Amino acid sequence: MKDLNNKDNRKLYLIFRIVASILMVCLAASLIICMLDMPGLFSSEHPGENIVAERYIESGIEETGAVNFVAGMILDYRAFDTFGESNVLFAATICVMVLLLVQKPLPRKYRRKKTPDAIEGSDSDSSKLPECKEYYEELREEHEIEPKRIKNDVILKTVAKFAVPFILIFGLYVILNGHLSPGGGFSGGAIVGSGFILASVSFGFDKMERFLNKRSAGIITFVSLMVYCLAKSYSFFTGANHLESGIPLGTPGNILSSGLILILNICVGLVVACTMYSFFSLMRRGKI
Amino acid sequence: MLEQIYNHFNDIVAAILFVIGFSNLLFQKNLIKKIIGINIMDVSIYLLLASQGYISGRIAPILTDGSENAVTYINPIPSGLVLTGIVVSVSVTALMLSMTVRLYRKYKTLDLDEILMKVRREKEESEK
Amino acid sequence: MDFVMNFPFFSIMLCMFAALATFMLGRKAAGIVAKAAISITLIMSVVLTAWLHMSGESFVYMMGHFPAPWGNEIRAGELEGIMAVFTCIIALLSMTTGKTSIRTQVDDTKQNLFYLITCLMEASLLALIYTNDIFTGYVFIEINTIAGCGLIMIKNTGRAIASAVRYMVVSLVGSGLFLIGTTLLYSITGHLLMENIFDSVSELFSDGSHIVTLTIITALMTVGLSIKSGLFPFHLWIPDAYAVSIAPSSAMLSGMVSKGYIFLLIKLIYRVIGFEVFKETGVFDLIFIAGVAAMIMGSVSAIRSEHLRRMTAYSSVSQIGYIFMGIGIANDAGMVAAIFHIITHGLTKSLLFMSASSFTGKKEDIRIRDIKGMGHKHPVSSAAFTAAALSIVGFPLFAGFIAKMLLANASFGEGYKMYIAICAIAISTILNVIYFFRCIINLYAFGGFEDKDRENSIAGGDTAKEEAEFLPTRYERIVHGVSVSVLAVLNLYIGVAPKLLTSILTKGLNVFN
Repeated sequence: MKDLNNKDNRKLYLIFRIVASILMVCLAASLIICMLDMPGLFSSEHPGENIVAERYIESGIEETGAVNFVAGMILDYRAFDTFGESNVLFAATICVMVLLLVQKPLPRKYRRKKTPDAIEGSDSDSSKLPECKEYYEELREEHEIEPKRIKNDVILKTVAKFAVPFILIFGLYVILNGHLSPGGGFSGGAIVGSGFILASVSFGFDKMERFLNKRSAGIITFVSLMVYCLAKSYSFFTGANHLESGIPLGTPGNILSSGLILILNICVGLVVACTMYSFFSLMRRGKI
Repeated sequence: MLEQIYNHFNDIVAAILFVIGFSNLLFQKNLIKKIIGINIMDVSIYLLLASQGYISGRIAPILTDGSENAVTYINPIPSGLVLTGIVVSVSVTALMLSMTVRLYRKYKTLDLDEILMKVRREKEESEK
Repeated sequence: MDFVMNFPFFSIMLCMFAALATFMLGRKAAGIVAKAAISITLIMSVVLTAWLHMSGESFVYMMGHFPAPWGNEIRAGELEGIMAVFTCIIALLSMTTGKTSIRTQVDDTKQNLFYLITCLMEASLLALIYTNDIFTGYVFIEINTIAGCGLIMIKNTGRAIASAVRYMVVSLVGSGLFLIGTTLLYSITGHLLMENIFDSVSELFSDGSHIVTLTIITALMTVGLSIKSGLFPFHLWIPDAYAVSIAPSSAMLSGMVSKGYIFLLIKLIYRVIGFEVFKETGVFDLIFIAGVAAMIMGSVSAIRSEHLRRMTAYSSVSQIGYIFMGIGIANDAGMVAAIFHIITHGLTKSLLFMSASSFTGKKEDIRIRDIKGMGHKHPVSSAAFTAAALSIVGFPLFAGFIAKMLLANASFGEGYKMYIAICAIAISTILNVIYFFRCIINLYAFGGFEDKDRENSIAGGDTAKEEAEFLPTRYERIVHGVSVSVLAVLNLYIGVAPKLLTSILTKGLNVFN
């Protein structure tokens, strides 16, 4: 704390605080001036009430087949935005993996380094080398890898046994009904993901790992995003070149309707469920 | 003036929340508080969007009773934008939290100034 | 409709698919896929730009089955095409030159993620460049921010993560301001498509209503974007981020990422708010002053820094100041000069970081006095470094000279701005000369240089073997040499024959609004 105790630095810091507070007050004042100039609250004369919103509602059902106009808008009319949004999530997952994933192989600097004893004894098992032990200790300290045994909590386990199936079914319902009712891929996926998290907290990561490990989560994410990309590329390409897409829209109101929207919702739901679980798992113990 | 403020009540609350979140993000030294600031900032924008999209007396944009008249429903665009924005803010929050986790494990503190000072000391030692 | 018109869409999607594919591949295959995808994108962008230059038009491309105000769309003109070409060149060459750094400084199992992040960033940059919808712009800004953060912290050390946190905090402030600006703009115009916003903004402006609001919105969005691109008062994250990250990351961050935001700002000026309205709001003067301050302060900080890559990063601050000064001059010539400088600075700064990587070796950074005599050990890299330094200083025959000349020319007849601009360029050039010539003289100095590595390898100690793994292999050295020479030659070519580029930029700007 040498820097902060310095008198000059303290003075500078004070000046910085004062200037910054004045700037914040200015920002607040200008934003409030802006807000007072906005169109009136809840009035029907909002500029947003124009041909754009009108078409989303009045021809939404014929053009997208989705009863939920918002789902039709974000997954069909303005699909490029939503495509970008799912890639934001993908990018964040990758960055979290870069940060927190603890990989098994030794880093290069420990691989070749052998103590004279190890070379003489021709002991090729690298994990027995003292440097490697040091490395693993360092790793454990830095990542605080989760201890294997977790406490046996009867109440948590019993409640989770009842709650998890319902949570998962509700999440699936929200995903599959995304085009019919409030909800959709993201909200449903978040519910399913929280179900997974509850299960892993109460029954231990070992049991979850049987069906949701790095490999399977990776494959699910990859396949769903690939399907998403391919479906959207197809629809962008046919749309721009004025070709018929040839995807049946079905009867609005049925589960199997609204063309690609149902498929996209399922894809997004799967990606989000895996992502939520892997965020939790990575932060908790450094692996999926 | 008072009537005007009353008419724009939600917007003004959103503006104040935005500034609160913004100054939290800039001036808090604690990383977790910074992340809370980001979330307050994002939520204020969603509040603004949602209140701009709502029109009194209309219902959520999901087909009910077979009415396909635009006057029945509120504007669906702000709702869609809020949905997109939520996903973005979730991803950013997760990323910031995982960076915080790593920094905390390495430097055992959440104070960004202290972390930067330790980083500087580390660099000086490595150069010696 | 010509098939060429599909190319912007193809290039965005191709990069996305490549990003997805690298997720499942090993590090070698991932590198090949990423390089192939970006090379194909580069070829497509070149063809597109040539086609647009011949026809002299621009076109919009529907993303989906619904026309403009309802669906999303992208737009391509010559400006977009040429920006896409240059981002692809920088991304490709950063990957080829950075192979040693990636191999030695990134964990083995995470090397494919580096290529993934690069592809994702290229895709989002292309989308930012081509977008015609302001909210799409926001979404892709966020991808760009997250990918930039990934590039900084891919090294996974405490320092890298700490500087990534600083970068994220500053960037998030910027995107928050941009998002609230977008929201307010939507509230008063009711549109998200750039052309529709442009129409209603000019209508509102001629009515005289909402003028204060429009000014505030413009200021918010401009400040947001300039925070993200690292303009002077908000530049504090730049030196840490660029100096700590691995060489290809800093080349890409300085060459592409911060430039994408500036291009979006130019798009905002011409296609969303409108040039005349923007001029009336007085934000141009703000940008001009900040730019001039950045030019001088960045150079002063560069002179004071003792480390090579840190100095290069500070010089980036001053060069971004040049770009913003060009925008702030507030005429078309200034804008052309600014875009020209975006391209030249992208090329030269990435070249500087790439060639500096062979001096630093496995170390993060190197003191300038320690590079003494390196010019004889790494002849190609030093020649490239010298070329880039001369270009930044503004030596004739190099691209930087043309950029500075265009900037000075643009300021003529702009009243007080002319004097300030020319004085600032003169002072900044002198300061540039001071700190870059210090490097060049050190590089080619005789004596003082001891070949420690060779002594070690002759001695054949354990450390030598370990060191050898951090040294580039023969193949990597050749690729590195070829890549930096390509960039240096490109730099020289633009400096000798700037006509083609300036004509593309001028024509592109004419069809921009």
